[in-house]
Amino acid sequence: MSELIIKSTGQMISTETIDGDIATLNLGPTHPATHGIFQNILKVDGERILSAEPTIGYIHRAFEKLAEHRPYNQITPITDRLNYCSSPINNIGWHMTVEKLAGIEVPKRVDYMRVIVMELARIADHLVCNSVIGVDTGALTGFTYMFQEREKIYELYEEICGARLTTNLGRIGGFERDFNDIFHAKLNAFLKEFPVNFDEFDRLLTRNRIFMDRVIGAGPITAERAVEYSFSGPNLRAAGLDYDVRVMNPYSSYQDFDFSIPVGKDGDTYDRFVVRQEEIRQSLNIIRQALDKMPAGDFHANVPEFYLPPKEEVYRSMESLIYHFKIVMGETTIPAGEVYHSVEGANGELGYYLVSDGGRTPYRLHFRRPCFIYYQAYPEMIVDSVLSDAILTMSSMNVIAGELDA
Amino acid sequence: MNNEILMAFINENTNNSAVCSVDQYDMLNVNITADQLIDLVDVLKNKQGFIYLTDICAAHYPEKVGAEFEVIYHLHNLIENQRVRLKVALAESDINIPTLTVHFVGANWMERETFDFYGVNFVGHPDLRRILNMDDMDYHPLRKQYALEDETRTDKNDTFFGR
Repeated sequence: MSELIIKSTGQMISTETIDGDIATLNLGPTHPATHGIFQNILKVDGERILSAEPTIGYIHRAFEKLAEHRPYNQITPITDRLNYCSSPINNIGWHMTVEKLAGIEVPKRVDYMRVIVMELARIADHLVCNSVIGVDTGALTGFTYMFQEREKIYELYEEICGARLTTNLGRIGGFERDFNDIFHAKLNAFLKEFPVNFDEFDRLLTRNRIFMDRVIGAGPITAERAVEYSFSGPNLRAAGLDYDVRVMNPYSSYQDFDFSIPVGKDGDTYDRFVVRQEEIRQSLNIIRQALDKMPAGDFHANVPEFYLPPKEEVYRSMESLIYHFKIVMGETTIPAGEVYHSVEGANGELGYYLVSDGGRTPYRLHFRRPCFIYYQAYPEMIVDSVLSDAILTMSSMNVIAGELDA
Repeated sequence: MNNEILMAFINENTNNSAVCSVDQYDMLNVNITADQLIDLVDVLKNKQGFIYLTDICAAHYPEKVGAEFEVIYHLHNLIENQRVRLKVALAESDINIPTLTVHFVGANWMERETFDFYGVNFVGHPDLRRILNMDDMDYHPLRKQYALEDETRTDKNDTFFGR
């Protein structure tokens, strides 16, 4: 027989025996079903979870401390490594924060280019999350097909910035180069082929009776509780609250586009899945609108202190040489002040709280990481459900280890 | 709701002791003391609809004697889309502040993170442990006196730029 001990901290522990009722189970830190380094110490009674205690920080890399020692343009690669499934959103959100503090106005064309890239990133992120929900329910097929589509998005990133996963995309004030012809050709092909394949994936799962029986009711949360936990992004919208930063505080000209915000009702795994599916369609819609309405103009603002000048200019003109030197040595300063800027990241409100003392590095930079904030609701969402639902709940919450641990 | 109405409301509820200012990005900054925090958040949440706690973080200003630490709260009214930033200055000798977990469950990990990196003691917090760093760490690494890297290293000395 096992016996229960209640410690002074209120935590319940049990003495384990093989045929006892309550067992302690370490889910993670490296568990094949948890896509990342997450540790949860579970108390289980058979299949039923009695309590869960998450431990995080396994890949903490002290980004906030690092950022205090880096020039502004060298912080962009750090932001790549937050939510690495949608790095371009992090990069662009950071650029916009610095632009807000430095008072840089970017051309309309830059806004539209950014919207295209950010929506591509959102599609890539949602594809990973939703196809992995499929994998965790035992449907591997959709995953293999959707990863081919994600690959096409990565090829698009490659055309823009040369990188695939950790993109370091764009510059403060705009882009390092304009979209090239190959990008446009590939994007048009993607916009033609992807919806067909995506609909196939959608048919495979969304109204599939087996899938629905498996995910409906798994890991639910009410809208009230989600707000108390400061949920954001698709998880909050799946619970029934239509908070989207793109609509509430439009940035990068999102007010120019016509799109809708899908909301769920129960906040369970199925609602989160369906909300993401619909957001992918809305993102495609936004990309098409942005391509159609793409204004003419320059692909970056006129802020030479943030742009490496063309190399031949560096040899010929004094100003270019100075700017080149200042950028490479990280000597560009930003006016003193403090600013909070947030963008709608793929999994929620991604905020940057930046304090500058007028120096070459931030005085303080805090990342509001959506999944760090909503992952604390995980124990509450899985208690009293079965172990296999806990796995599903985690993958449907889209918790990304890099962002969780910063 | 706009910043003026909100500022009047805050002044009324703090007996004009809060220092309010609107910055150039249209964000209302409210400087209050630690003992005003709970009551002010209570009225903001229940009477003005600031039901969403966006973020908690801290900052360290070693040169400001008597106010070395600042805890920064971002609240959001989702219905009227109004944000407010509350700032509480704390002295290093008395680094205690009441917890917001009584108003927002989600403040739990945000406060643990702030404690982990700055050593801010959130009085009444149900489970104030380190969260991202290892448990046996004996300092709070985001304080300014701690260098980024081991200061005894010599292989990274930069004699031209001194950093």
